[in-house]
Amino acid sequence: MSATAMIEPSRSEAGYNFAYLDEGTKRMIRRAILKAIAVPGYQVPFASREMPMPYGWGTGGVQVTAAVLGRADVLKVIDQGADDTTNAVSIRRFFARTSGVATTTRTTEATIIQTRHRIPETPLREGQVLVYQVPIPEPLRFLEPRETETRQLHALREYGAMHVKLYEDISRHGHIATTYAYPVEVAGRYVMDPSPTPKFDNPKMDDCPALQLFGAGRERRIYAVPPYTSVRSLDFEDHPFRVQQFDQPCALCGAEGVYLDEMLLDDAGRRMFVCSDTDHCEGRRADGHVGTGDAV
Amino acid sequence: MYVAVKGGEAAIDNAHRLLAETRRGDPAVPELTVAQIREQMTLLVDRVMAEGSLYDPDLAALALKQARGDVVEAVFLVRAFRTTLPRFGASKPVDTGAMAVARRVSATFKDLPGGQVLGPTFDYTHRLIDFALAAAGTVEPAAEAEPRDDAGTCPRVTDLLAQDGLIEPSPPDDGAPVGDLTREPVDYPADRALRLQALARGDEGFVLGLGYSTQRGYGRTHPFVGEVRVGDVAVEFVPEELGFPVPLGRIRLTECQMVNQFTGSGTTPPQFTRGYGLTFGQSERKAMAMALVDRALRAAELGEPVTSPAQDQEFVLAHCDSLQATGFVEHLKLPHYVDFQAELELVRRLRAEFFRDSDSVQEAAE
Repeated sequence: MSATAMIEPSRSEAGYNFAYLDEGTKRMIRRAILKAIAVPGYQVPFASREMPMPYGWGTGGVQVTAAVLGRADVLKVIDQGADDTTNAVSIRRFFARTSGVATTTRTTEATIIQTRHRIPETPLREGQVLVYQVPIPEPLRFLEPRETETRQLHALREYGAMHVKLYEDISRHGHIATTYAYPVEVAGRYVMDPSPTPKFDNPKMDDCPALQLFGAGRERRIYAVPPYTSVRSLDFEDHPFRVQQFDQPCALCGAEGVYLDEMLLDDAGRRMFVCSDTDHCEGRRADGHVGTGDAV
Repeated sequence: MYVAVKGGEAAIDNAHRLLAETRRGDPAVPELTVAQIREQMTLLVDRVMAEGSLYDPDLAALALKQARGDVVEAVFLVRAFRTTLPRFGASKPVDTGAMAVARRVSATFKDLPGGQVLGPTFDYTHRLIDFALAAAGTVEPAAEAEPRDDAGTCPRVTDLLAQDGLIEPSPPDDGAPVGDLTREPVDYPADRALRLQALARGDEGFVLGLGYSTQRGYGRTHPFVGEVRVGDVAVEFVPEELGFPVPLGRIRLTECQMVNQFTGSGTTPPQFTRGYGLTFGQSERKAMAMALVDRALRAAELGEPVTSPAQDQEFVLAHCDSLQATGFVEHLKLPHYVDFQAELELVRRLRAEFFRDSDSVQEAAE
């Protein structure tokens, strides 16, 4: 990042409350979070605030994190699985400046992990909170754009349209053609959007020891999956849910069964597949695991 | 007492003098120079050039000064000037693949030939007012980048995807003349070139709102930003008497290649589709919104149901131009005395009939 890309304000952050939001706002958000935990998978409206980063950059996740962050917490922020992506760096700096809490890139050391589009490969444990940034909280939105309609569908537990959509995928493509933001049923009741994580990560949500909180700032919704809650990816008996599989291990650490990023090396079609979860990859390499380093 | 409504001429002259004085503001504050606007309000200048369809930063800056900073009014001034310019030909297509990039980001690949180049962007700033800017000061010089091994090569992401057939090919140049919506009236259905022309000069706010609506389910297109690039390209022209291209200069452009939901059927293999956005200057918001709407407008071509405003080309093309829109909305300020008088007469007559009828009904009931 160039020196000018991050314009530092000249005033100290002394004028702002701990973690930026005022305590009244935090209380309002915490109440929404408590309701969300009490009704797993239900989208709770909340009075989302204007934040000093744009809508779409994670304003919902940032507000949820700000509301649950305490001085003893250790914060990790990832985007696409990586701690060093630009927006993860920006949000981590934001909380470091406005709250002074310790930050880490290690999944095992973090008490709060704010994420965009991934769930860490390292299994989460009790006491951790995973905060998802959510662009479109409504899983039915692309079947029915009107909020007045979708709220009724949830109330009536009328999810037939979603199953029809998945069935039409199978009839057209031979596969369910939803690869990310794959709909799940939470605690046997609400159908929920897991945020645009690849469906590879869906199984990690099920019976997870950590608390999972979802914040959608622009759409003003918060929802939650409490620890040890059933999260089932929608499927059919003859077309069971399957996750993505990669043909080769990570070129850097040799990991298999993890989600990989594809790097383009030149304009002649050479490419390399490496771990999307940078902390997981670095940890494995520190433990002596080595990949082939080969392009494919 | 009857007040004369004639004598508007003196009133108009006086209103214009007052406008000039108001535009200048407090004379104790130094007057803005055109160079200051051009150098320090660059994104505003870029927007006026884009919607004014004329690449001339000095003229756009002057228009902004004259228009008291009103974007649509400045676009109006630029367009009115543009229309007087003689047209001596069309340049060769500019090659954005050979762009000298100031900024280039891909959301689809973490790394790629040419790299991710952040350049001058607000994207990762925290939006906290910088009160130090209220005072004059010097700016720390920008960091110099180490040249990359692959510096100078920055192939388009869509070209890389096209090598494997993963994305639909760019439509080939069929040599057919490209329409010009500033010279001929739009004949619906308009082809893609005309639609892109309309979107390129369309109002940023309107195109942004339409693009946003596709992301919220009104004509969804599953977009990924293959890449956004900002930089300078050479403009070349082939004079008829020479027969070879001569450089006219360089212009700054923003290009967005959107990679969208795949199609496929029993006869064609699945592949990603394209949405395209291109603007003068640096305007990523506009280029991205344009690419979303371009893709949405291809619904009929790609066999998708047309159900939403952003997919309806008559709706989009007829309403995206800020000058047409502002002209017709604001013309409501003009006198409509005679039309209104006609309506008044009718409403009075209908009301009289209504009360006469209800009186007679009441009388009959009694």
